[in-house]
Amino acid sequence: MRKHALLLYALAYLAFLYVPVLVLPIFSFNDSQFIAFPLAGFTTRWYARLGADTAMLHALGNSLKVGMATALLSTLLGLLAARAVTRYRLRGTHAALGFISLPLFIPDIVLGISLLLMLGAIGLPLSLGAVVLGHLLVCVPFAITVLVARFEGFDRDLEEASADLGEDGWMTFWRVTFPLILPGILASLLLTFITSFDEFLVAYFLSGTEPTLPVYIWGQLRFPERLPMVLALGAIILAVSVALVALAEYVRNAGVKKPMVGA
Amino acid sequence: MRRQGNGANVAGGTGSQGAQNGYWLLAPTLAVMALGLAAPLGLVAVYSLKNQTGISLSEGWTLAQYGEVLGRASYRTLFWRSLGISGLVTLVTVLLAYPMAYFVAFKARRAKFVWLIALTIPFWTSYLLRVFAWKIILGFDGVINSGLMRLGLIDHPLTFLLYNPFSVVVTLAHAWAAFAILPIYVSLEKIDRSLLEAATDLGDGPLRRFLRVTLPLSMPGVIGAAVLIFVPTTGDYVTPTLVGGPAGSMIANVIEIQFGRIGNWPMGSALALVSMTAVALVAGAFVLLARWATARVR
Repeated sequence: MRKHALLLYALAYLAFLYVPVLVLPIFSFNDSQFIAFPLAGFTTRWYARLGADTAMLHALGNSLKVGMATALLSTLLGLLAARAVTRYRLRGTHAALGFISLPLFIPDIVLGISLLLMLGAIGLPLSLGAVVLGHLLVCVPFAITVLVARFEGFDRDLEEASADLGEDGWMTFWRVTFPLILPGILASLLLTFITSFDEFLVAYFLSGTEPTLPVYIWGQLRFPERLPMVLALGAIILAVSVALVALAEYVRNAGVKKPMVGA
Repeated sequence: MRRQGNGANVAGGTGSQGAQNGYWLLAPTLAVMALGLAAPLGLVAVYSLKNQTGISLSEGWTLAQYGEVLGRASYRTLFWRSLGISGLVTLVTVLLAYPMAYFVAFKARRAKFVWLIALTIPFWTSYLLRVFAWKIILGFDGVINSGLMRLGLIDHPLTFLLYNPFSVVVTLAHAWAAFAILPIYVSLEKIDRSLLEAATDLGDGPLRRFLRVTLPLSMPGVIGAAVLIFVPTTGDYVTPTLVGGPAGSMIANVIEIQFGRIGNWPMGSALALVSMTAVALVAGAFVLLARWATARVR
C-alpha cells in the first residue's frame, strides 16, 4: 500500500517536471498567436517563420561559435588539469581544485559583472571572445569532474606496459591513454557545449552587439506576437538537447560497467 | 603495483621532475581562472571602495557604498527577501525531491535507469524558456486560467498565480529540481543495505529505521543539494524578472540596474560583494549546522 503511495507521488512529481516543458512543443504547433486554451488547430507556420528569421539565425551562429570554442578550450584545460591531479601527487592539489571550482559557488550575475568591469578597465570591447572566457569559468569545473572520473577509472598498468615495451611518453599518451579516455573527452565536449549554449546571464553582460541565442530569445520575450515562434525554437532546442545528452550518457558509460551517477 | 617512481617514468621524468610536470599541466587552467575570476573579482572589490561622479571614479578610497548598501532600508528588504525566497526554494525543492530520489534508489529496481533519464530530460531545455513556460502557465490569460475558465470552474482569471514570491518559488523549485534529486539519489544509493536489515533485525520499525539510519546517512546528499540550489538561486536574475513582478524582485535585479540603466558601477560592485558574502555565510552556517544535527541524531 505504501509502495503504491510512493509510486503515485513519483508519477505526480514527474508530471510537475514535464508540464512546463511540454507547453513548448504543444503551443508551438497551435494555430493561434495567443498561448491559451482551447487549442486552435495544427500549424507548422511558426517553424516556417523561424527558419526565415535572419536575426535568429545569426544569433544561433554566434551561439554555435561560442559553444564550440568553449567546449574545445574547457575540455583541453580540463584534460590537462585532470591528468595533473590524477597522475601526480602534488602539494596544493586541493587548494587548486577548490579555486578552479569556485565559479560553481558564485552567482552568475557576479561573474558577469566582474568580467564586464575588467574589460572596461583594460579597454577591451564587449565581444563573443569575452563570452567564451566567461563560459570557461562555468564549464571548466564540469569538464574536470567528468575527466577525473574517467582517468580514475582506467588501469595505470596499461601505460606502464606501454613504457616497458619501449614507447616514449608521447606515444604512450596517444596510443594508450588517449583512446582509453576518449569517451570522457567526448562526454565533456558535449556537456560543456550544452552548458555554454544555454548560458544566458554572463552572455547578456558580455556579448555587446553580437547576441547569442539566449540573449536573442530574451529580447524576443517582450513581443507577444513573436512568442509562438520562440516556443517553436524552444521545442527544437529541447529535441536537439535530448538527443545530444542521450549521446553523451551513452558515450560516458561506454565500456564502464558502473551504475550511472548523475553529473 | 602503483609505485610512484614507475608512474613518473611513463611521463619521462622521475621524482621532483615528475611533480614539476604536474604543475605545468595545472598551470594553464589556473592561469585562465586567475585571469577570468581572481582579477575581475579583485577589480569588483576595488570599484566597491570608490565613489563615482559622472563617469569618473574618485581618487581616494571610501566605504560610502557599503554604508548605503547596508543602511538603505530598500536594499535591506531586498537582501532579506532574496535570502528568504532562496531559503524557501531550497527547502521546498529538497523536500519535494527527497521522496522521488528515495523511490528511485529503493523502489524502482530494474526501471532505475529509465527513471533517472526521465527525471533529467526536462532540464536540458533552455533555462530561459523553462522559466518563461511558467509565466505562460501562471499568467492572467495563461494556460491554467484559460483552462479553468474553459472548464467553467472559475469566472474570472486568478490573479494570485503570477508576479509574487509564490510564483518565484514554484518556478525555481521546478528549474532546480535535478540539482536536488541527483545528489540525494547518489547518497541514498551508497547506503549499505545490510545496515537497514540490521536495524530491522534489532527491532526498529520502518519509520524509526528511516529516521535513525536512512535519513542521517543520506544527509551528505541533502546538504550538497541544498548548497547547490541555495547559492545560484539567491543570485538568479531571469526568474524574478520574468515571474516575480515588483513584489518578487530580488538582489540580482538591483545589481543589473546599477550596471545597466543607472550606470553606478561602484554601487553595483558593493551590492554584488555584499550579496556574495551573505550567501557564502548563510550557506556555510547551514552546512555546519546540518552536520552538527546529523551527528547528534546518530
